Amino acid sequence: MSSSTSIRVALVGNPNVGKTTLFNRLTGLNQRIANFPGVTVERKSGSLTGSPHVEVIDLPGTYSLTPRSLDERITYEVLVGRRDEAPDLVVCVVDAGNLERNLYVVSQVIDIEMPVIVALNMVDAAEENGLVVDVPALETELGVPVVPLVASRGKGVDELKKQILDPPKPAQGYRWTLMDAVDAKIPALSKELVEEAPQVRLDHGRMEILRALAEDEALDTWRQIAPRFVRHIEELRKEFAERGIAWRHAEVSGRYAWLGPIVNKTVRRVKGAATLSDRIDAVLTHQIFGPLFFLVILIGIFQAVFSWATPAMDLIETGISALAAAVQSNLPVGWATDLLTDGVITGVGNVVVFLPQILLLFFFLGLMEDTGYMARSAFIMDRIMKRVGLSGGSVLPLLSSYACAIPGIMAARTLDNERDRLITIMVAPLMSCSARLPVYTLFIAAFIPAGTLGIFGYQGLAMFSMYMMGTVMAFVAAAILKRFVFTKGSESYFVMELPPYRRPRARQILWRMIQRSKVFAVRAGKIILACSIVLWFLASYPRIDTNAERAQIEMQAAQQREARYAEAEVLLPVPDMALPDLEGSLESGDPTMAQIQSIMQQAELEYAAALDSARIVEQSAQIRGSAVGYLGRILEPVMQPLGFDWKISAGLVSAFAAREVIISTLGIIYSVADAEEGVALRDALKADRYPDGRPVFTPLVAVSLLVFFVFALQCMSTLAIARRETNTWRWPLVMWLYMTALAYIASLVVYQGGQLLGLS
Amino acid sequence: MTLQDLRPGESGRILGFEPDAVMDRLMEMGMLPGSEVQVVRLAPLGDPMDLKVRGYHLSIRKAEAAQIRISKCEA
Repeated sequence: MSSSTSIRVALVGNPNVGKTTLFNRLTGLNQRIANFPGVTVERKSGSLTGSPHVEVIDLPGTYSLTPRSLDERITYEVLVGRRDEAPDLVVCVVDAGNLERNLYVVSQVIDIEMPVIVALNMVDAAEENGLVVDVPALETELGVPVVPLVASRGKGVDELKKQILDPPKPAQGYRWTLMDAVDAKIPALSKELVEEAPQVRLDHGRMEILRALAEDEALDTWRQIAPRFVRHIEELRKEFAERGIAWRHAEVSGRYAWLGPIVNKTVRRVKGAATLSDRIDAVLTHQIFGPLFFLVILIGIFQAVFSWATPAMDLIETGISALAAAVQSNLPVGWATDLLTDGVITGVGNVVVFLPQILLLFFFLGLMEDTGYMARSAFIMDRIMKRVGLSGGSVLPLLSSYACAIPGIMAARTLDNERDRLITIMVAPLMSCSARLPVYTLFIAAFIPAGTLGIFGYQGLAMFSMYMMGTVMAFVAAAILKRFVFTKGSESYFVMELPPYRRPRARQILWRMIQRSKVFAVRAGKIILACSIVLWFLASYPRIDTNAERAQIEMQAAQQREARYAEAEVLLPVPDMALPDLEGSLESGDPTMAQIQSIMQQAELEYAAALDSARIVEQSAQIRGSAVGYLGRILEPVMQPLGFDWKISAGLVSAFAAREVIISTLGIIYSVADAEEGVALRDALKADRYPDGRPVFTPLVAVSLLVFFVFALQCMSTLAIARRETNTWRWPLVMWLYMTALAYIASLVVYQGGQLLGLS
Repeated sequence: MTLQDLRPGESGRILGFEPDAVMDRLMEMGMLPGSEVQVVRLAPLGDPMDLKVRGYHLSIRKAEAAQIRISKCEA
């Protein structure tokens, strides 16, 4: 035990054994989620409830400590104190229903010679399936304490806590037998390693040598530090190969040879009938019902994400406008207020508005994960995904991206092949997300005729093509990225456990849904806030002096009102009588009276409308003269081949923050009071003409713009989350560049090709 | 014969395989020379396979299964 007063406990175990559930039970709400420095592996820690001096660290789920994946490398480095201060105690979480494979990693942890407790989880499910574990016998065989529990219901958690607070002595390792030829080499090699690398503890020597012998990646970590040791390991591999010794599975077969008999001795099989889980699988992975069920689930999720989220999204939008309006009216007029309302509140609002969808999607993903259906969906879809070089594991991240690329990119974490994970992240934003929907809707409604082709409407077909184009391109891009960009790393393979189906626990799912959404809102939120502020400045500066224009409009409005009043005066019964004296001189109900009153009312309405339009003209002039307008004009020559004028280009610049912003920007440029209404903007777009009389927006331009939106990455939230998930700006940058290039080329082909074909 | 040749419901005992990264992983998951493996079913599109090994379900592709030499166990 370390001399400091705090005790550090690490949780280790296979995926799908309820490790995180146990972690939540042990720590309650006191959790911190961060990344291990320099890598994307999450570091979750929290203090033990009731014992603030005990820190619990939830390490990623791993099948082994031999570093074949990033998670496994990090787990080992944490355990031996190479990443953090070494833990004082390791709790190995194992599934009682699948003891043999689960104990593999436990036997490796025991070899590190630190205090170990085995948390035998899900004993209830194991018993349901006829497996009863003899706990005292297992303790004797393994030489470490074993605590049976049901973490999802909190059973046995108190006993485990007691055990943690009264930790056992370090486990005595090496109860298993390593092949003699290999075993004989260990002492000399350990000594050599410790001499060259004094930071290695002698009692870790055995694990280090086995890891270095078995896995090149582990060997490579010593290349700089202990070159002599590395040379000897390489010589040893050669020697073993010549003597026909299977050094590659020396460790694995030694450990399983030890574990097999232990499991036979300690696990009693009560009945041998097919488990409920097997019977469910017979239906859910059935040749016909399996894919059908998967399809129904998918449609159901999308339906729910789109329709259930709508009321909440409307509410958030209303709330944000109300907040902006309240701030506007309560703070002094000035640039700081504008920045707060139009930059900060609107900018953050553009992100917060997607939270309901993200929460719902995470809810369904969590449900699929916890029930075990996630692995089945990968099992069903793997064959299709293999064609583009991905695996079944990429299906869900990509499908989630139809709602929003952000949860999609985050869901890619479930992929243990790093190469697959990066490719999935890189193509996820090509799936048409819900933010593109308002843009698709506006331009399709405005420029695609309402006719039908058979039973399908043109507009519906156009919408469908948008989704198809993005999806097909995502697959093409995946294949290309795999062939030319991510050429290193292991070939996509599919080795996936199909865990037993489990009853989901609402508490766990809600908990994780909130945690993940929080990570999104906080981490991505910071970058989004910064970008929103920058974009606000670009759209608001340099300031345009619009006083003269406004004065003119106001004057015209006043003149018109005068003219209206003059019309009314003509109707007066007594010439030269002042309008205010009208009351009393005529009976109410007199037709003349009603006429005069209606003229006056109209005059006032017209005046108010004129002032409104003055404000919009002012905004319009502002954006024309601002940096965004300027950028739009600079971009115009580049964008002209796609059929875009400076106004569309400026809209695209502003849409970098979030796609749907183009609608409000165009609304302002075209001086349409309520762009959200859509109809007015639609008419304004159709009516716009170049100086030579050609329409700015033709159906061909609209299609070109739609295609641009399908492919372009106009979403800083996506870039922010990609930065977080890849831990570098390099991939978000590559992502942005290739998608922008793709959008440009695709729109160019559409517009130029269309013109060649004589379309307009 | 290889694991790929087994039909759903049939079992085999692993004889060996050529070592590579995927095989290293499969060994750690309990698929060792000498282990008994049952093919439970195939995915709806015929690939990957659902195997039962050491009491749990593991899914691998036929391409990987084709590298694993087995002797068929008679039922």
